[in-house]
Amino acid sequence: MKKLSVNRRTVLKGSTAAGVALSMPTFFHSKAYAANFTNAPTGSSVTLGFNVPQTGAYADEGGDELRAYKLAVKHINGEGDGGMLNTIKPLSLKGNGILGKKVAYVTGDTQTKSDAARASAKRMIEKDGALMITGGSSSGVAVAVQGLCQEAGVIFMAGLTHSNDTTGKDKKRNGFRHFFNAYMSGAALAPVLEKSYGKDRNAYHLTADYTWGWTQEESIKNSTEAIGWNTVNAVRTPLGAGDFSQYITPVLNSGADVLILNHYGKDMINSLTQAVQFGLRDKVVNGKDFTIVVPLYSRLMAQGAGKNVKGIYGSTNWHWSLQDAGSKAFVKSFGQEYGFPPSQAAHTCYVQTIMYADACERAGTFNPCGVVESLEGHKFDGAGNGATEYRADDHQCFKDVLVVKGNENPTSQFDILEVVEVTPRSQVEYDPKIFGGNLGACNAGKA
Amino acid sequence: MDVILLQLLNGLDKGGAYALIALGLTLTFGTLGIVNFAHGALFMLGAFCAVTLKSLLNLQMVVLDPIKKTAWGTPLEIKTPYVEKWFGEFGSVLLEYSVPLSILLAIPIMLLIGVAIERGLIKHFYKRPHADQILVTFGLAIVMQEIVKSIFGANPIPQPAPEIFAGSADVGAWFGMNAGAVVYPWWRMVYLGFSAIIIAGVFSFLQFTTFGMVVRAGMADRETVGLMGIDIDRRFTIVFGLAAIVAGMAGVMYTPILSPDYHMGMDFLVLSFVVVVVGGMGSLPGAVAAGFLLGILQSFASLNEVKNIFPGIDQIIIYLVAVVTLLVRPRGLMGRKGVMES
Repeated sequence: MKKLSVNRRTVLKGSTAAGVALSMPTFFHSKAYAANFTNAPTGSSVTLGFNVPQTGAYADEGGDELRAYKLAVKHINGEGDGGMLNTIKPLSLKGNGILGKKVAYVTGDTQTKSDAARASAKRMIEKDGALMITGGSSSGVAVAVQGLCQEAGVIFMAGLTHSNDTTGKDKKRNGFRHFFNAYMSGAALAPVLEKSYGKDRNAYHLTADYTWGWTQEESIKNSTEAIGWNTVNAVRTPLGAGDFSQYITPVLNSGADVLILNHYGKDMINSLTQAVQFGLRDKVVNGKDFTIVVPLYSRLMAQGAGKNVKGIYGSTNWHWSLQDAGSKAFVKSFGQEYGFPPSQAAHTCYVQTIMYADACERAGTFNPCGVVESLEGHKFDGAGNGATEYRADDHQCFKDVLVVKGNENPTSQFDILEVVEVTPRSQVEYDPKIFGGNLGACNAGKA
Repeated sequence: MDVILLQLLNGLDKGGAYALIALGLTLTFGTLGIVNFAHGALFMLGAFCAVTLKSLLNLQMVVLDPIKKTAWGTPLEIKTPYVEKWFGEFGSVLLEYSVPLSILLAIPIMLLIGVAIERGLIKHFYKRPHADQILVTFGLAIVMQEIVKSIFGANPIPQPAPEIFAGSADVGAWFGMNAGAVVYPWWRMVYLGFSAIIIAGVFSFLQFTTFGMVVRAGMADRETVGLMGIDIDRRFTIVFGLAAIVAGMAGVMYTPILSPDYHMGMDFLVLSFVVVVVGGMGSLPGAVAAGFLLGILQSFASLNEVKNIFPGIDQIIIYLVAVVTLLVRPRGLMGRKGVMES
């Protein structure tokens, strides 16, 4: 009988073999991520943080975002009619939460102020254990919260943010944007403007004096100058100016025949209303009918401008009147739940939540680095904007963009905008290098 | 020339709004000695009187369409305003003129609100330091705006002017200039005329009525008027109500120019205080003169030609004027000796 002898060499061989065997799963399976990351879930539920403006000027838009988030949670947890879970392809969600854990949520109030938004996001991450933060109605807030999430090691799924900077110079590896941006607005609008108003136009810009306004002015100027339009002047207006009369009157005799309002929210409502009151739409300059353009429309905001939006061109990320299966499913779920159609803010927030959940499911982990890898370059369809991709280079979603016009004959209080063109993705695509920035490395934080 | 005339009109129009708010502020400060930071909220409440009346007139009878459905599958609602159903053409006219008609609603409501605020809160702070008054009235303003937001939401609510005043007037043609050289919205001119009438009305009331005489006497020497057996406190309460009515009416008529939202009062408040300080604390003519002066200066500072030389001047001009005025005339343009100098 052979005697079993254990010497130093045998122990070393055994240890090496055991080490190799133990490392096999991660070696062959690249999607296995460590469990020590920020707010790694241990119970039967996971918590998401919905950071929206609940007070302040964008509270109504924030309210609509929150409704969409609640609906998304319902659908992810297998309640309700499932909404877009029935139309998005591919989709790994099974209607039993995420990776078998029920989804719970906490909410924060951004107040549309960067510092307040960061404070509420921080509270949701540190106190409530939120795994992912999403929401917002301002680019300033999005950039600030995205930075915080990157530092904290959680995923940020941006809400309504239109500045090129969010996925440009301020992009972060942990942040993703579904909403379109100012560049895309310009690229989608310019051909439609050319078709409607010709190549020989003189444009006058009134621009909200902050980051979003600047990037939009730059993008729209570049796009309209590319079709031959001349920029007469670009004037910055203080945010929340209220009365824009002193900025509108110089337009009257400037030689311009187009007024481009790079304003959003209350500023857009007031500047557009007052421009119409000053008779700009009835004016004839250089032998052409004077026209006004609002590059970024929001149906919720357009309601505030009343009939002044009639016939005015702009762009939007999504509109409830779209007839594709995804849009119809979402409008039906949302309308039956709340009694009115969803806004574009609600749509983008809903899709972002579903796509985050799906990314976790596909990655098989909640680890932010696994989710990032799962979302980067991910292509899907059936969410209302046609074929869509989270571009890996800058985490910007690329999809069709809508050019809309104020409805001349609205049939209801919600029927304010009509879709005049669905601009294909190829027309709004750009080289990610043009806006600079660096995604940096993914941060999973710590346990 | 056309540019100058346009900016002059802008300035007068803007100045009219500043003057109306500052007039009420000065009135309460001159009589009650109260620094009322809730005055902007009274302007906002006036604007929401217009929103309320329009909502009431727009109450609709809802009938479900038996055939058509909404995009989310529920029956389509066909809505008809009750006033149009009951009164036909006259109902449509009521809806059309809801903004000017709102003045009839705003007067009693603002009077009630003004008296309630003065009796319920302000009177307890007469002998307290100005800092306490500022804090409590600022808090009151926030409470009022949050109440309005909870009822009407945060988005601005459009209040169109009657169709007859919706367009623009060719003002240039009135002065023999080329057609279309100077066009100005009719409603803004209506507002300017309205401001002038209200300002003249308040001055006449204080100047030519016995009530006004007593109030003016009380502003000059409250104790002596009291010693003569006149209940000056009651009159001052009414003055507070009057100031609330002036602010409210200014708010009502401003709604076609600026779609009202819960925050509009705050936007005007700081500017109005600057107007009061420049005009001179407690001076009614000073408030009116400073209102128009600052409105005009602000408009001219926004000219591209001016901004090319002094970038950003449009955003600081009124504060710059305030600093210079206070350096040269510490009591403001028409300030009285002894007011806020104790």
